[in-house]
Amino acid sequence: MAKIMIVDDMASMRKMVSFTLESVGHEVMQADDGDVALGIAQENTFDLVITDVNMPNMDGITLTKELRGIPSFKFTPILLLTTESAKDKKMSGKAAGATGWLVKPFDPDKLLATIKRVLG
Amino acid sequence: MSVDLEQFKEMFYEESSENLEAMESGLLELSEGGTDLDVVNTIFRSAHSIKGGSATFGFTSVAGFTHVMEGLLDEMREGKREAEAKIIDILLESVDVLRAMLGSHQEGVEPDDERANILKSQLVAIRDGGVSSSSGSESPAQAADSSTEVSDGTCQGWNIQFSPHEDLLQTGNDPALMIRELGALGTLSLEMDDSRLPSLDAMDPELAYLQWHMSLKAGEDGNVPNQDAIEEIFEWVEDECDLTLEAIEEKRKSPDRRADERRQNDRRQNDRRQGSRRDGESGAKKTTQAAASIRVGTERIDAMMDLVGELVITQSMLSQLGEDFDMSQMERLRDGLTQLERNSRELQESMMRMRMQPVSFAFNRFPRMVHDIGQKLGKQIRLEMQGEDTEMDKTVMEKLNDPLVHLVRNSMDHGLEPPEERTEAGKDPEGYVRLRAFHQGGSIVVEISDDGRGLSREKILDKAIEKGLVTEKDAELWPDEQVFHLLFEAGFSTAEKLSDLSGRGVGLDVVRRNIESLGGRVDVASKFGEGSSFSIRLPLTLAVLDGQLFRLAGQTFVLPLVSIIESLQIRKELIGGVGSNAEVYRLRDQYIPIIRPASILGCSDTYASLDGGLLVVVEWDNRHVGLLVDELLGQQQVVIKSLETNYQKVPAISGATILGDGKVSLIIDLAGLFELSGLMNDRAFRIAA
Repeated sequence: MAKIMIVDDMASMRKMVSFTLESVGHEVMQADDGDVALGIAQENTFDLVITDVNMPNMDGITLTKELRGIPSFKFTPILLLTTESAKDKKMSGKAAGATGWLVKPFDPDKLLATIKRVLG
Repeated sequence: MSVDLEQFKEMFYEESSENLEAMESGLLELSEGGTDLDVVNTIFRSAHSIKGGSATFGFTSVAGFTHVMEGLLDEMREGKREAEAKIIDILLESVDVLRAMLGSHQEGVEPDDERANILKSQLVAIRDGGVSSSSGSESPAQAADSSTEVSDGTCQGWNIQFSPHEDLLQTGNDPALMIRELGALGTLSLEMDDSRLPSLDAMDPELAYLQWHMSLKAGEDGNVPNQDAIEEIFEWVEDECDLTLEAIEEKRKSPDRRADERRQNDRRQNDRRQGSRRDGESGAKKTTQAAASIRVGTERIDAMMDLVGELVITQSMLSQLGEDFDMSQMERLRDGLTQLERNSRELQESMMRMRMQPVSFAFNRFPRMVHDIGQKLGKQIRLEMQGEDTEMDKTVMEKLNDPLVHLVRNSMDHGLEPPEERTEAGKDPEGYVRLRAFHQGGSIVVEISDDGRGLSREKILDKAIEKGLVTEKDAELWPDEQVFHLLFEAGFSTAEKLSDLSGRGVGLDVVRRNIESLGGRVDVASKFGEGSSFSIRLPLTLAVLDGQLFRLAGQTFVLPLVSIIESLQIRKELIGGVGSNAEVYRLRDQYIPIIRPASILGCSDTYASLDGGLLVVVEWDNRHVGLLVDELLGQQQVVIKSLETNYQKVPAISGATILGDGKVSLIIDLAGLFELSGLMNDRAFRIAA
């Protein structure tokens, strides 16, 4: 099973995502903003990173850019958690190197289906 | 599979209320002329988080409402819109509406959307009326509607030409996975094109060289894959590949079924929306803050974990010692026990720290309240807060809320003068209300002060004399502090037209009672014309009590140490009697009533002689009272266990604790004891504090 990092400043979202992923057997690490996530990324590798876009300290797009600079994250799938209206966010996320996005509202089944797409 | 997210709702509510507070304080900052982009960002992020969460839990009206708010905030964030006062007021009101809506959801009732809809249309009007790029902000429903033009029905399958750009892999996407996904939609046949593949020595393994020509037809279920599903697979790599999608068609026309379907869906959705509005009207409006949960920083839990680790080490050390113990190992045993004592004390302290929260949680509501009430009263009020980081027990804080609100309102209502009056008195037309919290000894002190008109000794005394709370002769001797304390007397504050006085008083006795029930006290200081200051002093925690152990009819009881003034041995000549069964004792220049807890609590029928007995003088509710006890034992910290939860409420007993020898000891509740003794109603004993 995969090792996944979820980055979101909202604890409930973080917990729901990890709960969903853990319930199918993935190993999940949580970070509550980009700064923290980057710290974790220095010492861990992941099969997938899921990150919120709007966060204090370091947002998800900056995080994506930073992660792509770390050799072990060069090809790691990074998914942005966004809302349907944030088209420009998706684009700047892609420009920063994001793999794709997960559209909120958060739906466990949708999450599982989407990560299947990047994890195979 | 389906995952039940119900368990995360409570957390979402809790977070949302924090987010609402953040929005509120941010908006207030903006209303005071702040233009900090960080503040706008914080407000935006908070709204955004609430939107995301509520959509997840199916709170569509909340999500829809926050969506509109978010749109406006986004424009402010991008600098396309000024933070005008009008907008901020509407946003503040929106915060209230959101709070109410979420409150309803938390109680399990559909929220009343009426106010939300009015506000929402105001927000939309602002958004569309502004100079901003209103065209860019569409509603989510419309956005979903304007999806692709489809013409299937005759479609037999798709020819797909997929040429990834070289950098596709670097976004973490993998062509192999996409092709596998395509394969899951139907029957896929493919042809790989490696014409771009360079020779081995020129090849960069980080780049994508391969291309594919594919045709996708109906799978075993006979369904032709639809265009949306295929496009979705390539959605993420739109800009990193060349993709052509070509329908394999047969020439047969059929009406546009999908468009029809879509129209029907719209109608259904509208019906649902109206339905929920109707339901909402029956929704109750009360709000409760259930959720007895607490958020604790992980570092505190880690610290506690360390302590538990140490405790385990001590425990194993001691049990090893117990295996074959002889007197030669006495020294080690003592060391072990000392260590155990330290461990458990530290563990207790650490546990207590977990219950501690910064007082800002209680202060946070005030900026908004002061803003609103100040406007309503037509007064210019500046709120100053100090020591917001001071920590206090969560339970104490919850109970402190009402008294705090009461006192702050009081200061604004009655303490601070209208601007004209202030100018006349040579003061700054803007007055302040200051909230200050700090630790002092084992207590936390919260001060509410203002630079208003202050308390008038004369007016208070006039009223008190009229009410018979004090005689004219006594009153002259009373220091100001004692006079001001009359405000907290029950008889005083129920008086009709208190606002004619220097204004304070309505219900202040309730404030005092609340605070005293927490084991705290409230004091007031004031200078006429310059302002007043109320200070609330509270114990740091309610879970542990500094207790004085004493014996009564063979049983051990606990008395809160803070209420004890002194203990003395009774001298016969100082005993006095008022009537037949009211005993008093002369303590220096005053007489204090003596009560016998043993008979009140029903421990003993024997009527012990007072002479030579032990009297513990306690203070409660401004009165000094002597309690006759058999024997004073040690002082120690006791952990309070509730009797109500384990047994039932017992008059005059506030709880129980387990002593070192394993015996249960009851903790005396002074208020209850006095009530039982009949002293409460006896004004003769109301003594000057």
